[in-house]
Amino acid sequence: MLFLDRGPSPEEPRSREVRRPTVPRGSALRRRLRLLPVLPSVLLLALFLLAPVAWSFYASFTDVALSGKAAREPSWIGLDNYGRMINEEGFPLALWLTVVFVGASAIIGQNLLGLALALLMQRGNRALSRVVGTAVVAAWVLPEIVAAFAAYAYFSRDGTLNQILGTAGLEGADWLYSYPMAAVVLANIWRGTAFSMLVYRAALAEVPADIMEAALMDGAGGLQRLFFITLPMIRNSIASNLMLITLQTLAVFTLIWVMTAGGPAGASSTLPVLAYQEAFKFGDIGYGTAIASVLILVGMVFGIVYVRLLREAKR
Amino acid sequence: MTSQEKTSRRRPRSGRFRMGTALLAAAGLLALSACSPGTPQGTEAKTLKVVYQKTDSFTALDDVLKAAKTEFEAANSGVTVQLEPIQANDDDYGTKLALSHRSAETAPDVFYEDTFKVRSDVDAGYLLKLDEHLAAWPDWANFTDAAKAAGRADDGGIYAVPLGTDTRAIWYNKTVLQKAGIAVPWQPRTWEDILTAARKMKAADPAVVPFNMYAGKATGEGTVMQSFYELLYGTGSTLYDEQEKKWVVGSKGFTDSLQFLKTLYDEKLAVTPAEALDPNVWKRVFGEWLPKGKMGATVEGSYTPSFWQKGGAYEWPGYAKDMGVAMFPTQNGQEPGGVSMSGGWTLAVGAKTKSPDLAFKFLATALNRKNALAFDTANSQIAVRSDVAADPGYQSANPFVKDVSALVDVTHFRPATADYPRISSAVQEATEAVITGKQSPAEAAAAYGAAVKKIVGEDKVIRK
Repeated sequence: MLFLDRGPSPEEPRSREVRRPTVPRGSALRRRLRLLPVLPSVLLLALFLLAPVAWSFYASFTDVALSGKAAREPSWIGLDNYGRMINEEGFPLALWLTVVFVGASAIIGQNLLGLALALLMQRGNRALSRVVGTAVVAAWVLPEIVAAFAAYAYFSRDGTLNQILGTAGLEGADWLYSYPMAAVVLANIWRGTAFSMLVYRAALAEVPADIMEAALMDGAGGLQRLFFITLPMIRNSIASNLMLITLQTLAVFTLIWVMTAGGPAGASSTLPVLAYQEAFKFGDIGYGTAIASVLILVGMVFGIVYVRLLREAKR
Repeated sequence: MTSQEKTSRRRPRSGRFRMGTALLAAAGLLALSACSPGTPQGTEAKTLKVVYQKTDSFTALDDVLKAAKTEFEAANSGVTVQLEPIQANDDDYGTKLALSHRSAETAPDVFYEDTFKVRSDVDAGYLLKLDEHLAAWPDWANFTDAAKAAGRADDGGIYAVPLGTDTRAIWYNKTVLQKAGIAVPWQPRTWEDILTAARKMKAADPAVVPFNMYAGKATGEGTVMQSFYELLYGTGSTLYDEQEKKWVVGSKGFTDSLQFLKTLYDEKLAVTPAEALDPNVWKRVFGEWLPKGKMGATVEGSYTPSFWQKGGAYEWPGYAKDMGVAMFPTQNGQEPGGVSMSGGWTLAVGAKTKSPDLAFKFLATALNRKNALAFDTANSQIAVRSDVAADPGYQSANPFVKDVSALVDVTHFRPATADYPRISSAVQEATEAVITGKQSPAEAAAAYGAAVKKIVGEDKVIRK
């Protein structure tokens, strides 16, 4: 994100001017008929995706609960659930932890590490880069629950990390208890870096070699080439990648739930974990859905920011 | 090539045709998924869905219900009992059960229900009133009065029938105590006696956990039932004023109880806070620390022997000889000299059942003398049927039946109001804040008071 507005955008060969075959001017009806084939998928999306989201949004204005009177006849309580968020200690902390989690593990961790790996692999020896690539992708291939258990086994008190430290004569901490946020952030970096790496590898392959050569001739150093040529040329991929990993990381639940269950004392409970606990552990579905609605809004804000960046990058 | 050109020339018509087909297919699919009930109506009425909890350390109910199924199906031909065990801990089981109640399609006919959830689930309309059925059931007379009250809701009707009840006590490892020079049988009279003994054990062997009491949210109801309430109800304070129907906040007893937990954890007399916040800590208490002599004592339920007896999750033949049981003392030894907590689980009939008569018949089969006896002995429950309690097989099920049954005299029940689960969670949070050092006992007690006010409202709170 930092480097998106750096340097002049190099002239890209444009192919936009290629004329599309002109559409025969049919009636408006005919143009509308063209939308028919997508109708089933739109309907299915509305039914299975939009409807639950809309219901969750609606429920966040009621006191619907798992048990008690409110389970039978939930009543409309307006913005009470949202008001509670401000007053209750758990929510601001969870919001902050979510920002930390997304910032540290996705925007900084996965993104920069993925870019670094891709750059190194581009010039590194082929056999080595293949080995590294496989190792990194392995974490991505694992189903989330398996990756979560692996991370738990690594960080837990008698886990791999402490055993390695033990053989070196060091005594490790109880990571999941003493440094829960650091543990889940590292675990998410480990799990998600492969995606950024793959995106950036593909993007770097598209940077034309002749521009690089020209820059070399002009005497541009390695860092200069990176900041003034490579990064501006792949800014499109950077923005798309940031958008995807941010939204993915915002929604991470299984990893945290398995590793720390949001504890100790809420020290690693991000918004999805908090929403689950409120809705299903305390049976307060209304409050849980309100937290989930905020999560959706946060995701939308990020989404809009990145889409804007993308549009600017295209200009 | 040529065929492609052809289609492209004929595109409008065939396109429209294809669109039509696709639409029809999609509409058909939607219609199909919308109106296909799993089974035809006729047989549905003859299938009873029974939902209950089963874990790797709790199979007693599964065994009993399987026996009841065989018995019931033999007596009612044409009826199938569909047993649906849910493998989960108490919290998750409760959530799954409540979710299944929200639709008639998934709601069970007969299910296993915690006594403290009965009232709130009756409010939610999940349970069927059983008064008429119970009046016609001769066995009902054998249930003790306390047992009859366990399934009673605010409207006075009875909605659930208990399988058994339990009490809580101190379970101690005699060898660990003797090594520290403490005479057995051991019966502490005050909280101070507990600390003194625990410090002695720590001094004798720093590797043992002298006296464990649960704390934190991870152990859920275990934290309050097997730890905090034993403390609180022994200070003269209480959680809920039954007469005023108000929740007690700001009591000295509450702060003192938190302080006691803090002392245990700060002096490393209990497990480490990290271990306490592991939801599976109780498995290590039963399966590892107590049998291996690495723990002096813990507060646990009367069902404790069920883990160690033959067929239990952590078989330990020596438990009868090595373990002892003591009453949890009051703070300063005040009357009645001891504290215990009781809960227990029931069977109930779903309000959305299509065949209430059959459902109740199955409930009655599962709770008849034979099955109740089998459950109470296998799960080390305290019997709630007088005929089971008098059975020699029950009385000799384990060496501690008499001791833990006697605790019924000093026992307390949780306030089973609809708000209770959230209050309980606030208590658990207070204990977690104290043992992790996040808050002092006074701060945690104040935070608890504020949380309770938020949950039930200012007018339902009383300062004592």
